[in-house]
Amino acid sequence: MPYTIIEKKEIASSVHMMKILAPDVAKAAKAGQFIIVRIDETSERVPLTIADFDATEGTVTIIFQEMGKTTKQLAKMAASDELQDFVGPLGTPADVRELGTVILVGGGVGIAPVYPQAKAYSEAGNKVISVIGARNESLLILEDEMRAASDELHVATDDGSKGHHGFVTDVVKNILDSGEKIARVVVIGPPILMRVAAGMLEPYGVETLVSLNPIMIDGTGMCGGCRVSVGGETKFACVDGPEFDAHKVDFNLLMSRLALYRNEESKCLDNHNHKCTCKGDN
Amino acid sequence: MVDRQAMPLQDPKERAHNFNEVALGYSGEQALAEASRCLECKSPKCVEGCPVNIDIPGFISCIKKEDFDGAIDTIKLTNTLPAVCGRVCPQEVQCELHCILAKKGEPVAIGRLERFCADYEREKGVTPPVRTTSSGKKVAVIGAGPAGLTAAADLAKAGHAVTMFESLHDTGGVLTYGIPEFRLPKAIVRDEVEYIKQLGVDVKVDYVIGKIKTLDELREDFDAVFLGTGAGLPKFMGIEGENLNGVYSANEFLTRVNLMKAYLFPDYDTPIKRGKHVIVVGGGNVAMDAARSALRLGADEVSIVYRRSEDELPARKEEVENAKEEGIVFRLLTNPTRILEGENMTVNGVECIRMELGEPDESGRRSPVPIEGSEHVVDADVVVIAIGTSPNPMIFSGSEGLETNSRGTIIVDDSGKTSLANVYAGGDAVTGAATVISAMGAGKIAAQAINEYLSN
Ligand SMILES: Cc1cc2nc3c(=O)[nH]c(=O)nc-3n(C[C@H](O)[C@H](O)[C@H](O)COP(=O)(O)OP(=O)(O)OC[C@H]3O[C@@H](n4cnc5c(N)ncnc54)[C@H](O)[C@@H]3O)c2cc1C
Ligand SMILES: Cc1cc2nc3c(=O)[nH]c(=O)nc-3n(C[C@H](O)[C@H](O)[C@H](O)COP(=O)(O)OP(=O)(O)OC[C@H]3O[C@@H](n4cnc5c(N)ncnc54)[C@H](O)[C@@H]3O)c2cc1C
Ligand code: SF4
Ligand code: SF4
Ligand code: FES
Repeated sequence: MPYTIIEKKEIASSVHMMKILAPDVAKAAKAGQFIIVRIDETSERVPLTIADFDATEGTVTIIFQEMGKTTKQLAKMAASDELQDFVGPLGTPADVRELGTVILVGGGVGIAPVYPQAKAYSEAGNKVISVIGARNESLLILEDEMRAASDELHVATDDGSKGHHGFVTDVVKNILDSGEKIARVVVIGPPILMRVAAGMLEPYGVETLVSLNPIMIDGTGMCGGCRVSVGGETKFACVDGPEFDAHKVDFNLLMSRLALYRNEESKCLDNHNHKCTCKGDN
Repeated sequence: MVDRQAMPLQDPKERAHNFNEVALGYSGEQALAEASRCLECKSPKCVEGCPVNIDIPGFISCIKKEDFDGAIDTIKLTNTLPAVCGRVCPQEVQCELHCILAKKGEPVAIGRLERFCADYEREKGVTPPVRTTSSGKKVAVIGAGPAGLTAAADLAKAGHAVTMFESLHDTGGVLTYGIPEFRLPKAIVRDEVEYIKQLGVDVKVDYVIGKIKTLDELREDFDAVFLGTGAGLPKFMGIEGENLNGVYSANEFLTRVNLMKAYLFPDYDTPIKRGKHVIVVGGGNVAMDAARSALRLGADEVSIVYRRSEDELPARKEEVENAKEEGIVFRLLTNPTRILEGENMTVNGVECIRMELGEPDESGRRSPVPIEGSEHVVDADVVVIAIGTSPNPMIFSGSEGLETNSRGTIIVDDSGKTSLANVYAGGDAVTGAATVISAMGAGKIAAQAINEYLSN
C-alpha cells in the first residue's frame, strides 16, 4: 500500500518538511509519537517523529534532516511521489497534563518533535515557554509555528546570527534563575544537547523529560535493537519511550550505540552517490 | 526394504558461504523409493503424531502410484502450508516419532515426502482457488504468521470477508523475519500469501494493532477477531555487558538478515555487524539459524553456547547435524556469565562457566548447575542471545477484558475462544514459542469455532 507525498519543501538548509497521506495514522496520532518510513524495497526502516497531523485531511507531517543515505534519498522525493511503507503511530504518547508552567526546549531538527508537544501542552492549559536553537539562523526551523504555539518564545544560535548568542541551555538556565516556578522541562535534540541539559538541570530538581532516538528496526518491541538504559534498567525506546526521565538516562550508552554502524553507513552513502552519478540523474 | 532415502544437500563447504537453500529435495525416484517403505498401516500411529492429522498413508499411497496430484490434494485437505511444514516441522518428535518403522529402525521420511509433493505442485503451478459465496460476515485476523494465515484461509473459504492486519511491512511472521532463506526460501512464503489473497483476503501490512487501531475498535467493526500475534518479544539474560555494541537479540540479528536482507548489504541499505568470532547463546532452532547466518555473513568461528548437553538441544535434529557439518562449534554444558567490554563499548570476549547436569527437576529434566571455578573467556566480537521469546504485548493496549496468564500468553478454551465474546486466538501468542504446525493447527481450530459462532 503506497503512501503518497502531498507536499514537500526544504524549510532550512538540508532540513525538509513532508506531508504524507496516511488517514489511519493521522486519526490515531498523538504528540510524542513517531512513524517508521521505508522508501522502497531495498531501503532501511527509518524512524521519524510525527511533527504534525491532521485527522480531517488525513495527513501526517514529518520533518527530517539529511543525515545519511535514506534521509538524502527521501530529500530528493517530491509531491505525488509514493513511499512504500509508513507505519505508525508508534511509541508511547508524551505525558501531557496540566502542570502549570513548562519549558519546551528544541535543538536543531529536535524543534520538529517539540512543536506538537507545544500545541498539546497549551491545549492542556499550561503556560508554555519554548526555547529553540540551532547552529545558525539558516538552520532554524518552525520559528513562526513555535511562536504561535507558545506563550513565550526564546531563540538561541551557536554563532549569534539570531537571538541569544550561545546554547539553548543558557537561556533555560536564565529562566530558572529568574525564579519563575517551572513544573517540567522537556528537551529534544541531539543526544549531546540532551545530556548537557540533563546535567545542567539536575541541581534545580526540576522534572526533566527527553525523547531518545536510538537506532530502531521494527519499532514495535520485537528486536530490542533500540534498548537504552534508564535508571539502571534496560528499556526498549520504541515501546517504553521514546520519552524518558532525563536524569536517569545513560547518554553515553545511547551515543555509543548510535555510532555502531558508522562505517557501514558511509559505505551505503558512497554506494548511493556513486549509483546516482553513473545513472546521470540528479 | 530399501533404506531411508538421504536428503540431497548442498555441499557444506560451499553452503557455508551462501544463503541458498541447503536441502535440495528428493528426486522423483527417491520419492518413489522412500514411499515404498511405508506399510500403509491400518491404524497409522504417524497420523496421531501430526498436529493437523494429515492422512499420511493416504498421500504416500498416491505417491506409490505416481499420482502426485492425488498426493498433494490429500495433504491439502488438512494442511494449507505443506511446502513450509515439509521443510521445518520437527518431524522426529511428531509424525516420524510415531511411525511404526521407527520402533525397529528408521521411520518413513514423511516430511521429505510431503515437501516433494508440495514442490511438485509449485513447479506445476497451483490452481487458483474457487471463491465461495459470501456469508455477509466480516472477520479480522491479526498477525500474518502461520496461525493467522491458516485461520484467514479457512475463514475466507467459508465465505467470510477477511481482513488481515500485519504490523511489519511483509507477511509471513517468523517464516519471513526469523527462519532464514537457506532453510525456507521466501518465495515459498510469498506464494502461500498470494494464494490467500486469491481467496479474497484483504491483507493490510504496516498496521500495528494496539496503536493504529485497538482490539476494542476492531471488535466493533468486525463480527469476529482472530489473534495470531505470535511470541516476538525477545528475552535477554540480564548479565553484565548485554547492552554493549555487538550484542544482538536473535530477533534483531535474524530480522536484519532476513526481513531487511542485510546479507545483501550494500545493495540493501540495512547494515549488520559481521563478526569474526560470533557466540550464539541458546540451543533451539533460533540459535541454529542465527549461528548459521553468522557463518554465512563471513565469520571465522561461530559457536553455540548451550547450558545443557547435546541430548537436550531443542533444535530440529536435522539442523543440528547441518550446523555441525558446516563447522559450527558446539560449546555444550557451558553458560555465559558476562560479556567483556572492549574499545568504544564493543564486545571483547565472553566469560563462560562450565555446567554439569544435576538432579532431575519437576519437569523430569536434569537441570544444569555451574561448576565453581571453571570460568573461562571465549573470543567474541558479536554475541547473539537466543534464549527465547514471549508474546508480543503490543496487542494488549486497548483490549479491555482480554485475559492473559502470568507468562503473558492469551488464555483460550479448547476452541481457541478468549475471555472476550467474539475474539479467538492461537499460535505462539497462546502457547509461547512453539512450532509452525502447532500454530497452524490452532489457526484451524479457531477458524472452525469462529464459523460456528458466526452461523448462530
Ligand atoms: C523515535 C525517533 C524519532 C526520530 N525523529 C526524527 C525526526 O523527527 N527528524 C529527524 O531528522 N531525525 C529523526 N530521528 C533520527 C533519524 O531516524 C535518523 O537520522 C535516520 O535514521 C538516519 O538515517 P540515514 O539513512 O539518513 O542515515 P544513516 O547513514 O543510516 O545514519 C546516520 C545516523 O543516524 C542514526 N541512525 C541510523 N539509522 C537509524 C535508525 N534506524 N534509527 C535511528 N537512528 C538511526 C545513527 O546515529 C547514524 O549515525 C529520529 C529517531 C528516532 C529513534
Ligand atoms: C528463528 C526461528 C526459527 C524457527 N524454526 C522453526 C522450525 O524449524 N520449525 C518449527 O516448527 N518452528 C520453528 N520456529 C517456531 C515457529 O516459527 C513459530 O512457532 C510460528 O511461526 C508461530 O506462528 P504464529 O503465527 O503464532 O506467530 P508468528 O509467526 O510470530 O506471527 C505473528 C505475526 O503477528 C504480527 N503481529 C504481532 N503483534 C501484532 C500487532 N499488534 N498488530 C499486527 N500484527 C502483529 C507479527 O509481526 C508477526 O508477523 C522458529 C522460530 C524462530 C524465531
Ligand atoms: S505437517 Fe509436519 S507433523 Fe504433519 S505430517 Fe507433515 S511434517 Fe509431519
Ligand atoms: S506409521 Fe509409518 S509405516 Fe505406518 S502408515 Fe505411517 S508412515 Fe507408513
Ligand atoms: S526497534 Fe525493535 S524493539 Fe524497539
